[in-house]
Amino acid sequence: MSQLDLARLQFAMTSIYHFLFVPVTIGLGFLTALLQTAWHRSGRADHLRLTRFFGTLLVINIAVGVVTGLVQEFQFGMDWSGYSRTVGDVFGAPLAMEGLAAFFLESTFLGLWLFGWDRLPKRVHLATIWAVALGGALSAAFIMAANSWMQRPVGYAINSATGRPQLNDVWALFTNPVFLRGYLHVLLASLVTGAVVMLAVSAWQLRKGSTPEVFGASARLALFVLVPALMLAMLVGSELGVTEGKYQPMKIAGAEAQWTTCQPCSFSLIQVGGGKNDQTPTKIVAVPHLLSLLATNHWNGKVLGLDQVQSQYQQQYGPGDYVPNIFIQYWSMRVMAYLAVVVLLVGLWGLWLVRRGTLGTSRWFQRAAVWVVVLPFLMNTAGWLLTENGRQPWIVQGLQLTRNGVSPSISTSTVAISILVFFLLYAALAVVEAILMTRYARMEPAPPPAEDASVPALTY
Amino acid sequence: MPLATFWFILVAVLWAGFFVLEGFDLGVGMLHMLVARDEPGRRAAINTIGPLWDGNEVWLIVAAAAMFAAFPDWYATMFSALYLALVLLLVGLIVRGVSFEFRGKVDNPRWRRTWDLLLTCGSVLVPFLTGIALGDLLHGLPIGQDREFSGSFGDLFPPYAVFTGITLVLLCLLHGATFIALKTTGGVRSRASLLARRLAPFTALAVLAFLPWTHTTAGKGVLPDIIQLLAALAVLAAAWLVLGRHDGWAFVATTCTMATTILSIFTNLYPRVMVSSTNPAYSLTVDNSASGNYTLKVMSIVAIVLFPVVLAYQSWTYHVFRLRVSPDQFSVPSEPTPE
Ligand code: HDD
Ligand code: HEM
Ligand code: HEM
Repeated sequence: MSQLDLARLQFAMTSIYHFLFVPVTIGLGFLTALLQTAWHRSGRADHLRLTRFFGTLLVINIAVGVVTGLVQEFQFGMDWSGYSRTVGDVFGAPLAMEGLAAFFLESTFLGLWLFGWDRLPKRVHLATIWAVALGGALSAAFIMAANSWMQRPVGYAINSATGRPQLNDVWALFTNPVFLRGYLHVLLASLVTGAVVMLAVSAWQLRKGSTPEVFGASARLALFVLVPALMLAMLVGSELGVTEGKYQPMKIAGAEAQWTTCQPCSFSLIQVGGGKNDQTPTKIVAVPHLLSLLATNHWNGKVLGLDQVQSQYQQQYGPGDYVPNIFIQYWSMRVMAYLAVVVLLVGLWGLWLVRRGTLGTSRWFQRAAVWVVVLPFLMNTAGWLLTENGRQPWIVQGLQLTRNGVSPSISTSTVAISILVFFLLYAALAVVEAILMTRYARMEPAPPPAEDASVPALTY
Repeated sequence: MPLATFWFILVAVLWAGFFVLEGFDLGVGMLHMLVARDEPGRRAAINTIGPLWDGNEVWLIVAAAAMFAAFPDWYATMFSALYLALVLLLVGLIVRGVSFEFRGKVDNPRWRRTWDLLLTCGSVLVPFLTGIALGDLLHGLPIGQDREFSGSFGDLFPPYAVFTGITLVLLCLLHGATFIALKTTGGVRSRASLLARRLAPFTALAVLAFLPWTHTTAGKGVLPDIIQLLAALAVLAAAWLVLGRHDGWAFVATTCTMATTILSIFTNLYPRVMVSSTNPAYSLTVDNSASGNYTLKVMSIVAIVLFPVVLAYQSWTYHVFRLRVSPDQFSVPSEPTPE
C-alpha cells in the first residue's frame, strides 16, 4: 500500500470509530435531557433513576467520543498537510467555530451536570444537561458545514497569487443545500441511534424483569422518539440523494452501479458483480422508476451514467479516472436503506405492543429489541462510506484531488506505525468500553434517594 | 493592529490558557498516586479536577483549530513535521482522558491500579511532548522552501526543545501539587504541600535556566525581556510562597509563572511562527502563513463574541466547585452503582 492508501485507511478507520460514539452522545444526550425534564415536572423517583441510569451510560460513551475526536482534529495537519495548507482558509473556520461554540459548551457543562447534582439548584442543574445536548448538536452542525463544503465547495474565490481557495462568504457555508439536508439527516440518525440504544437496554432490563415499571417507561420513550425520527431520516435521506445527484452525479450513479445514462431508471434491490471491470451487472430484482424517483424526485427523471460523467469530467479536469469504488457505493447505500427498514419494522412492532399494553411481557420483542442495537452503527458507517467514498478521487469535489492533499513529507512507514498504534489502542478501548457499557446496562438502577435527602453527585 | 498579529496573540493566549488550566490537572494526574496511599485519598485528589479537566482540555483543541483557521501553513507544517511525536501525544491524551472515567467503574484493585498508572504516564507525556513541540517552533526544524519538513524523527529533539518539555513537566507538577494542597483536606493536603515544597526549588531553577536559554535561542542575547522578567519574579514568588505554606497565593504565583513562561516562547517567536533551521528565509511568519483578511475578520468577530461567554461559564464552573474535597467523602468503598 502506498502512503496515500495508508493515510486514507487511517482517516477512514479513526473517523468511523469516532462516529460510533458521536451519534450515541447526540441522541442519548437529548433523551437523557428529556428524562430529567420529566423528573423535573413529575417529581417521580422512577424518572430520576432513569435519568441517572442512562446518564451514566452517556458519560461512559462520551469519554471515548472525546478522546477519539482529538485524533480527528490533529489528523488534518498530520496526514493531510497538502489539504490543510490549500483549503485551511475556508475549512479551518468552521472547525475553529466548533471548538469555541460547541466543545467548550459540551465539556464544561458535562462537568457541571455530573458533579453538580448536590451543588446546583434543581432548575439550573436541569439546564446543564440541556446545554450538553445542545453542545453535541452544535458540534455536529459545524463539522457538517465543513464536510459539506468538501462535497460542494461554496462561498470562496480562488486567490490568483496562491492558487488557493479563499473564503469570501461565510454565510454560504451554512446555507449550502448539502449542509442543510446532511445536517438534518445526521441529527435524525443520531436520534435513531440514541433511541435504539435506550430501547435495547430497556428491553434487556424488561427481560430480566427486575423493575418493569421503570424500564417500561424508558422503552416507551425510546419508541416514541425512534419511529418518527427514523421515518424522517429516511425521508430526508432520499432528499439528500437528490441533492447529491445534482452536485456529485458520480456518487449517485455509483450507488446504483449505473454505467450508462438512463431515463427512466430502475433501482436494483440486489445485484451480482458490477465492479470496475464489470459494466453489466446482473440485476436480480429491479424496481422500475425507483432510481429516477430517488435521484431526481421525478417519475421519469434522467440519471447520468458513470461513463457519461467520466467523459464529462475528463473534458473538464483533464485525463484521469474519476469513478469511485463502485462496490462500496452500491452496498453502503443498500445496507443503510435495508437496515433502516428492519429497524422501522421493529419500532412499529414495539409501538403496536405499547398500544396493546403488552410491551413488558412480549419475550420475542424484547429479544429482538436487544439485538437491533448493532444496526444503527452499521447504518451510520455505511452512510459515511457512501458519502466519503463517493467523493473520491476528490478530497474537495472539483477543487483538489485526494492524492494532492496528503502530506508530502510523511513516509509510508511513519503512517504504518501510527495506524498500528491507533488500531491497537482503539481495539483496547473498544473492549473496555463494551465491557463497561454492558456491565452498567445490565445493572439494576440505584434505589431512589430518600425523599428529603439531596441527590448525590456522580463523582469519579 | 493587523488581524494576523491579533490572531497570533490569540493563539499564544490559548496555549497559555491551556497550560494554566490543564497544567494543574496534568499535575494532579502525575501526583495522584503519590499524594494518597489509599483509595479515598486518591479519589479525593482526582475529584478535585473531576468537573474541570475536560473543559480545560478544550483549550488545546481550540488552540490547534485556531492555528488551522488563521494560519493554515503553520498548522500544516507543524503537525506534519511533528507527526510521530503527536501520535505519542495523542496516546497520552487518550489514555489519560479515559482513565478518569474508567478507573472507578469496576471495583477491583488491579483494575484501578492499571488506570492509575496510565493516568500518571499520560499526564507526564502530555506536557513533555507539547513542550517539545513549542520548543521546536522557536529552535527551528529543517523546513524547506516548499514549507515541508525535510528532517527526520531525531531532528525533533534538540536539547532546547527537550529542556522546554522538562521545564513544563516540572511546572505542571508544582502547579498541580499546589492545587491539591489548596483543594483538599487532611493527609492528602499535607502530602501535597510537602511535595510542593520539595519540588519548588527544582522548578524555580529550571524556569530560571529556561528563560535565558529561550532568549538566546531567539538570538536576542541573555538579558531577559519584560515578560521573562515577570516569569522569573513569578517563579521566585511561587517558590517562596510554597515554602511559606501560603496555599492560595502560591497557586496564584504558579499560575502567573505558567502563563508568562508560555507567553515568553511566543513573544520570542514573533513575527515568526515556525523557524526554519535550514534557511531563515524559509521560516514561516505571521504574514506569510496567515489566512485571507476576510477569514480573519469573520473569525475575529466570532472569537470576540464567544470567547467572553466561554470565559464566563468556565469561571462560573470554578466558582461552583470552589469547596475543598475531603477524603472522608469517599471513605465508603466505591460500590459501582449505575446511578
Ligand atoms: C441511523 C442512521 C441512518 C438511516 C436510518 C439512514 N441514513 Fe442515510 N446516512 C446516515 C445515516 C442514516 C449518516 C451516517 O448519518 C450519513 C453519512 C453522511 C451524512 O450526511 O449522513 C448518511 C448519508 C446518506 C446519504 C449520502 C449523503 C452524502 O453523500 O452527502 C444518502 C444519499 C442517504 N444517507 C440516504 C438515505 C436514505 C435514502 C435512507 C432511507 C432508507 C437513509 N439514508 C437512512
Ligand atoms: C465521523 C464521520 C465520518 C466518517 C465515518 C468518515 C469516513 C471517511 C472515509 C471512509 C474516508 C476514506 C474514503 C476513501 O478512502 O475512499 C474518509 C476520508 C476523508 N474524510 Fe471523512 N468521514 C467522516 C467525517 C468527515 C468529516 C466531518 C470531515 C471533514 C470535516 C471528513 C474529512 C475527510 C478527509 C479529509 C478525508 C481524507 C481524504 C479522503 O480519503 O477522501 N470526514 N472519511
Ligand atoms: C472528521 C472530522 C471530525 C473532527 C476534526 C472532530 C473533532 C472532534 C473533537 C476534537 C472532539 C472532542 C471535543 C471535546 O473534547 O469535547 C469531538 C467530539 C465530538 N464530535 Fe467530532 N470530529 C469529527 C467528526 C465528527 C462528526 C462527523 C460529528 C457529527 C456529525 C462529530 C460530532 C462530535 C460530537 C457530538 C462530539 C462530542 C463528544 C462525543 O460525541 O463523544 N464529530 N470531535
